[in-house]
Amino acid sequence: MHRLDPRTKLLGSLAFVLAVVLTQPGNWRLFAVYLCVIAGLVWLSRLPLKYVLKRSLVIFPFVVMIAVFVPFFKQGHEAASYDIGAWHIAVTYEGLAVLVNVVVKSWLSILCLIVLSSSTKFEQLLQGMSGLKVPQVFVQITSFMYRYMFVIADQAMRMQMARDSRNFGMKRSNIFRTMGNMIGMLFIRSYERAERIYAAMLSRGYNGEIVAVNKLKFQLPDAYFALALSLLLICPAILWW
Amino acid sequence: MNDKAIEINGLFYVYPDGQSGLTGISLTVYCGESVALIGPNGAGKSTLLLHLNGILRGNGAAVTVLGLPVEDKHIREIRKKVGMVFQDPEDQLFSLNVFEDVAFGPVNMGYPQEEVERRVRQALQKVGMQGYEKRSSHHLSIGEKKRVAIATVLSLDPEILALDEPTGSLDPRGKWALIELLRSLPVTKIIASHDLDLVACLCDRVVILDEGKIVADGKAEEILDNQKLLAGHGLTRITL
Repeated sequence: MHRLDPRTKLLGSLAFVLAVVLTQPGNWRLFAVYLCVIAGLVWLSRLPLKYVLKRSLVIFPFVVMIAVFVPFFKQGHEAASYDIGAWHIAVTYEGLAVLVNVVVKSWLSILCLIVLSSSTKFEQLLQGMSGLKVPQVFVQITSFMYRYMFVIADQAMRMQMARDSRNFGMKRSNIFRTMGNMIGMLFIRSYERAERIYAAMLSRGYNGEIVAVNKLKFQLPDAYFALALSLLLICPAILWW
Repeated sequence: MNDKAIEINGLFYVYPDGQSGLTGISLTVYCGESVALIGPNGAGKSTLLLHLNGILRGNGAAVTVLGLPVEDKHIREIRKKVGMVFQDPEDQLFSLNVFEDVAFGPVNMGYPQEEVERRVRQALQKVGMQGYEKRSSHHLSIGEKKRVAIATVLSLDPEILALDEPTGSLDPRGKWALIELLRSLPVTKIIASHDLDLVACLCDRVVILDEGKIVADGKAEEILDNQKLLAGHGLTRITL
């Protein structure tokens, strides 16, 4: 898995996520197949199972935030209901089914992305993106984001330490004001840094055009992988749609 | 020795916020010279350096590099010949790994793949950083970052090196190692710094810049021995 061409992995992940999203709700046999596929990929990538499961938990707060109210609003058979004064609150079976579907689909998709990101170096992902003709602007923005994320985080941490070492018994309203100032300061510093980086790029012959060096090569394992994955996604779908 | 590497004639620059940066700089640097540009903080040293490859343009074509006026039609050639090393290597190393950073210049110049790889290898060798190609720039030490930053311009085979505070934020060991490295590079050097150790060691000529003007220009020994002059411009401890 780690040695596959990043383009194969990117396309494979895209296909997998699309298959998951397009599957009809309640088609449990297909979801079970997807889970088996992901389990197989995790095994092939030699990733520790605990690590994958733990990372996949991050998705739940988002999903729950978005989907938790669906069971209350969806019309259908009532599973349970409460009366709060004149207010009638009911949870429906149809609503619960939607919630379960959303959770299952997003969990399967995030598992796939975890396998992708843990078995591929970030640079390779970017190479894969430009190999797949993703516009260079996006690739570059992603690259800069990744490169400077840590620099900016360091900066924020230093500012925080400087604040904390002068901060005793501050009022709550003041804390928010300082935080606002810090965010503003970070923004200005990042902006100035961006200008210096641009100057450094210009100094080395940058003229607005990004020249990518591409050394990617599809190999036989890529073909096997693509074939196997397509079969695993397409055949069960035809059988049990 | 007699060819002019850089010729500046009456250069003025005003910052975008209206503050005056450089006021009438005239300076000629000959090929093979090592010139130190010293002066207190905010004297305009970095601003002057940025004019050497046309990142900043003061008044028209006041700057000539190796016989070429700094204008749009020569800019590519000039940027290849003037290697600009910025003060903060974090700004210069913007790629995900060392190889890509060092290769950025040669790739932009449109060299073929093998040539790019050869240049990267040579540049890293010159700064003693071979074998670091796949390392991520973020995880290097500050001294290593400075070396790689120099390699990123050496890969273009510049004839002039313009360095901004090359020894800033280095510990003494790192500083002396960097001085040795710079001494081993046989190109014209213009070094903005207020590290007088570095200046004494590397430069045969010293230019003092203060408030956007050149206030002294002469042989390194003479200027560095003139305590009164140095103190007058905030470059030593003694105030007379």
